[in-house]
Amino acid sequence: MWAEIIVSAAKVLVIAGTVLTLVAVMEWVERRGAAFIQDRLGPNRVGPLGLFQPLVDAVKLLFKEDLTPANVSRGLYLLAPMISVTVALMTFIVIPFGAGGDITIFGARLGGLIVAPDLGVGVLWLLAVGSLGVYGIVLAGWSSNNKYSLLGGLRSSAQLISYELSMTLAVLGVLMASGSLNLEQVVARQGGQFWLGAIPQWNVVPQMIGCVVFVVAVFAETNRLPFDLAEAETELVAGYHVEYSSMKFAAFLMSEYMNMVTASALIVTLFFGGWTFPGMGRFSGWPLLVLSLLSFGIKLAFFLWLFVWVRWSLPRFRYDQLMRLGWKGLLPLATLNLVWVGVAMTMGWIR
Amino acid sequence: MIAQYIPVVLAFAFAAAVAVGMVALTAFLGRGRLTRSRTRDTFESGMPLIDLSRKRVSVKFFVVAMVFIVFDVEVAFLFPWAVSARALLAEGNRTVMLDGLVFLVFLAIGYVYLWREGAFDWSRRGSQS
Repeated sequence: MWAEIIVSAAKVLVIAGTVLTLVAVMEWVERRGAAFIQDRLGPNRVGPLGLFQPLVDAVKLLFKEDLTPANVSRGLYLLAPMISVTVALMTFIVIPFGAGGDITIFGARLGGLIVAPDLGVGVLWLLAVGSLGVYGIVLAGWSSNNKYSLLGGLRSSAQLISYELSMTLAVLGVLMASGSLNLEQVVARQGGQFWLGAIPQWNVVPQMIGCVVFVVAVFAETNRLPFDLAEAETELVAGYHVEYSSMKFAAFLMSEYMNMVTASALIVTLFFGGWTFPGMGRFSGWPLLVLSLLSFGIKLAFFLWLFVWVRWSLPRFRYDQLMRLGWKGLLPLATLNLVWVGVAMTMGWIR
Repeated sequence: MIAQYIPVVLAFAFAAAVAVGMVALTAFLGRGRLTRSRTRDTFESGMPLIDLSRKRVSVKFFVVAMVFIVFDVEVAFLFPWAVSARALLAEGNRTVMLDGLVFLVFLAIGYVYLWREGAFDWSRRGSQS
């Protein structure tokens, strides 16, 4: 019992620590990437290639004066950034980052590089807790007692719930093909075998539409451009975090990047085979763990870069266009994907 | 059975500690030193504040919320069907997909009705949306 608790605690620390580190790295990648896309250099003075810039930013924000504006609802104003960070740090516990089901440490089963390997509700946990993030945003907007914040918070909550439907329907297609809520089984179903000897059996191949819908919906869910209507700076200054400063502002920023990491990991897990890689049958134990982690990391890095790339390439939607795309575009497409998966499975076209 | 929730409790403890720690640390390290009265005003692009922001909200947001709840409940009904579809098919139950399709047809009727009513048109003026 105690060994299991210690192994669980170690996994929480290692995986959450990795995600928090990725947040810092992504801040650097985003600023440097943006700079290179716009033909300038970006922050390159602090440390090699400017890599220590996020650390310096964090220290600076920590020592910034912590002021609470006069008209805010104090309790909710303090609670909102905490909700955002807590939710962002709790969603990824059902995602398998690497193999390792056969490794034991101190007599306790490692069960793969995943915080909660035996959680019965699996991906439902992710969808349920992930949607709690709306509260952080809408409470921040309302409690700030600022017109920009209020509009940003309202827009954001309407946007999040609109795109959540399409996202859930796209996930349902994958669940049908896997027959399980557990993400480890979703990954296991995609690995090891090939179509025509060369195409890995990733869900993206039969469910191309579902994958596109999911990626677009996830961009909207993480409030990233082209869907960052909540903080459209040309009209709303900074949206729901206008009144936030110091580390409370950084909390929103960090939760956005953590959600981005979770979203990318989820895209990889659901549609791109997770940690599986060709020829993995020849490895077991620790080598398999390391190689699977590497495979997952490469795929994850690609989608994280996609987030940055899209942000600095596409202009922002108008709000009615955003709603139209969500309700009239993605929702029918996601349902179509579900029907397609159902028909294909009945006819035996997909395994 | 209860053991599967150990990681959940631990993850929540860690997440809450980080969240509270961040806010508490910045409150401690950044105690008010220079606060002047104007700094605490609500930000409105530098203009003096005329009124507060607690006003009525456009009804469009409520329509979106209602439509969401309707569809979200329906999607929640689809989960058990989707997860068990594979096992039922393997048992030779050929009608399981038909059952799902019938459900989706009912969903589509409501969807078409809402579309025609203009619930998905954000900027249409003078309509019931």
